[in-house]
Amino acid sequence: MNWISIGTISDIPRRGARCVATPQGKIAVFRTADDEVFAIEDHCPHKGGPLSQGIVHGAAVTCPLHNWVISLETGKALGADEGAVRTIPVKREGERLFIALEALASRAA
Amino acid sequence: MTEKLVIIGNGMAPGRMLEHLLEQAPGRYAVTIFNAEPRVNYDRIMLSPVLSGEKAYEEIIIHGDGWYIKHGITLYKGHKIVAIDRQAKTVTSDHGVTEPYDKLVIATGSVPFIIPVPGHNLPGVLTYRDLDDVRAMMLAAQSRAKAVVIGGGLLGLEAAAGLNSQGMDVTVLHVMPTLMERQLDPAAGYLLQRAVEQRGIKVITKANTQAITGNGKVEQVELADGTIIPATLVVMAVGIRPNAALAKDAGIAVNRGIVVDAGMRSNDPDIFALGECAEVGGTVYGLVAPLYEMARVAAHQLAGDETAAFVHMDTPTKLKVTGIDLFSLGDFADGDDRQEIVLRDGSAGVYKRLVLRDDRIIGTVLYGETADGAWFNDLKKKQTDISQMRDTLIFGQSYQGGAPLDPMAAVAALPDDAEICGCNGVCKGKITGAITGKGLTSLDDVRAHTKASASCGSCTGLVEKLMVLTLGDTYNPAAVQPMCSCTTFGHDEVRRLIKAKHLKTIPAVMQELEWKTSCGCAKCRPALNYYLVCDWPDEYADDYQSRFINERVHANIQKDGTYSVVPRMWGGVTNAAELRAIADVVDKFEIPMVKVTGGQRIDMLGIRKEDLPAVWADLGQAGFVSGHAYAKGLRTVKTCVGSDWCRFGTQDSTGLGIRIEKFMWGSWTPAKVKMAVSGCPRNCAEATCKDVGVICVDSGYEIHFAGAAGLDIKGTEVLGLVRTEDEALQHIVALTQMYREQGRYLERIYKWAKRIGIAEVKRQIMDDGEKRQAYYERFVFSQKFAQVDPWSERVSGKDKHEFRPMASVGFAQAAE
Repeated sequence: MNWISIGTISDIPRRGARCVATPQGKIAVFRTADDEVFAIEDHCPHKGGPLSQGIVHGAAVTCPLHNWVISLETGKALGADEGAVRTIPVKREGERLFIALEALASRAA
Repeated sequence: MTEKLVIIGNGMAPGRMLEHLLEQAPGRYAVTIFNAEPRVNYDRIMLSPVLSGEKAYEEIIIHGDGWYIKHGITLYKGHKIVAIDRQAKTVTSDHGVTEPYDKLVIATGSVPFIIPVPGHNLPGVLTYRDLDDVRAMMLAAQSRAKAVVIGGGLLGLEAAAGLNSQGMDVTVLHVMPTLMERQLDPAAGYLLQRAVEQRGIKVITKANTQAITGNGKVEQVELADGTIIPATLVVMAVGIRPNAALAKDAGIAVNRGIVVDAGMRSNDPDIFALGECAEVGGTVYGLVAPLYEMARVAAHQLAGDETAAFVHMDTPTKLKVTGIDLFSLGDFADGDDRQEIVLRDGSAGVYKRLVLRDDRIIGTVLYGETADGAWFNDLKKKQTDISQMRDTLIFGQSYQGGAPLDPMAAVAALPDDAEICGCNGVCKGKITGAITGKGLTSLDDVRAHTKASASCGSCTGLVEKLMVLTLGDTYNPAAVQPMCSCTTFGHDEVRRLIKAKHLKTIPAVMQELEWKTSCGCAKCRPALNYYLVCDWPDEYADDYQSRFINERVHANIQKDGTYSVVPRMWGGVTNAAELRAIADVVDKFEIPMVKVTGGQRIDMLGIRKEDLPAVWADLGQAGFVSGHAYAKGLRTVKTCVGSDWCRFGTQDSTGLGIRIEKFMWGSWTPAKVKMAVSGCPRNCAEATCKDVGVICVDSGYEIHFAGAAGLDIKGTEVLGLVRTEDEALQHIVALTQMYREQGRYLERIYKWAKRIGIAEVKRQIMDDGEKRQAYYERFVFSQKFAQVDPWSERVSGKDKHEFRPMASVGFAQAAE
């Protein structure tokens, strides 16, 4: 996989998220209370809300537009709602964070 | 022929390795050790008990001088190796001793990390690593003066506890929000902080050390926020890094530590490394169990068994401070494929959390009661399927089939003097005493006799719980709607308990009220954050991650992810300069839509998030501050032109509106608050459908409240008539504060008033002058902390990360 450095874990507040701009749109990178890191498309499956702006609780985020709860791990909507958002491979080496861009390229192709 | 084995370093890992080696291959090697410390091998883990005075140095020696003599080992004490010659296969010490080797073991351990702040090299700044450090600290402690420990991790807390028991006044500075965040989740971190503070050690979290200052020696520590802490001793315990410089100079492969294979061998086949300086499988280790495993592997390899291999292992973390029990193991992050089991006992200070995946334990945090740590560790190691005992697992090994925990334990544990009813000042003892003493059996009886929950009624749920506790199952309480699925308590009960138990952080509330999840949800977190902001304005640090996005970035999110911005126009009055500034901002940032709002101000819509700080900077230049159009707080005060212009105006309604807005802006409330002041009963400002409204009349000011013009339409209720503008302001402020203290999060004033009763609000605000004054004063106090313009704060750099992407990637590839 083609891992691309996007910064360090301390760039993201705990229970928060930051965006990474890519040619295919924004990716939201989340950091949970326990320092787990996840990356998903910044686009709610419901009406496209920016998930990076939501409240992070456990390994899930609540969309700021209409309160859908999305699993950060699977990208799937939790509870009664149905839908899914693409997850992006992310890894952590020490403090540094990387996302896999190949997944993006394959989609663009 | 005897081979020559040279060991650099004489810590616990090489000591253990020699024990194994002497057993496996006695007489195979002639051993020489170089120890930079001028002493034998001692148990470094036990330095904390030495510092606290519980043990003496002699008691922590592992190998005394006699041991080296008995085994024919040459030990050079106080010799630091300065060079390794891999061609000649020799090492040379700083005292000029050169020793040849056939096999070399590097065990140089680690060095403490020093934060390079100004003053870090002043006399009186120490690290916490070896016996010399401990002796220096004990010497400094004799002065009984003030000490600062920088670092709230394992080492820092042990150092702080040690210095504290030596009689020093200790402050721990920790840069993260909770202690030991690498090993503990925030809930356990909170309990730990409480326990540390109960020992008389001060803890400052989110503390950013800026400088250590003093005249020739340490005198004080300065934090980035300007706080100054006097200290004669500063201990830096912020972390360690592998000491691999010597190996690197010799051309041995070094990454974070000395890179070794699973057999502890470096890229030079005759050179091994082990202990904290070694990096195996990409990981460096600092706890003793894996280090001892490295020692075992290295000994086997040196004895000729080349199959011995190091396998990664998770090691439980324990804090070696008497009276504090904590245990942390493995991976305790949240995840979708994981479930957690949480047990909290607020009264006993117990927190337990198990993280499961596929019915197997993968992580554990225990606080307060750690006896089952070993059992959980064993279940984890053996990957035991726990599905059969899932329901009782968290209660531990000895627990099988007992009664479930009492869901009312938190209420039962309240002391008798805990205030249950805030309106009438009734404490728990008075209520339970009346129930038993007078044989009360109904809520109405309790209200009649004690006045508890007889006013606003928000403590009804708690009173009923006390009745259940006192009367047993014979009493059937009305069901309380829980705040969310994280708790069994309703909003009112949570609010009362926050006050009664003096809970001042979100983790504190979740622990003491036995929350069922480890970090809450999007429903309870914003509510708790508001309750804490409202109840402890001077002490509580607002948790931005628990705020809805609009309140986090101080603008209103729109359906396309852009934001809208509404500057404050006091009382709806503006002028040419302000309008010109708005026009310039609209042009400069190509803002697609400008609209006049119903609250008499101007909304700019479609602003990109990245542009917000620059937009605010330009608006700020023209004197604008945030209009809080996004806040559960004071929004607008709409006015008419009043006696200044209008031929019917009876009072200066514009002036009063501006005065109210300037007095009350910035305050957070349970839900949004919109106000209006009309200069006469014709009511051009539409004050009679607002949360709070004023109708000016000849004889004074008629105050209205509890109107609605949204989901529901409702005319206001009349609170009463006052004569002067000052009185009008005081009554409105007191009313708002009463609502702030009693409202449920997201409950508008009209709903709150309906719940409490209009008559009760009138009684407290109009008739009870003392109460009114007290509400007023509490509002004024909280405004001291609330009236900071959030826009100018962000223009000066606060929360910068919010407004910038973390990175831009992949664009170059796309262009090709």
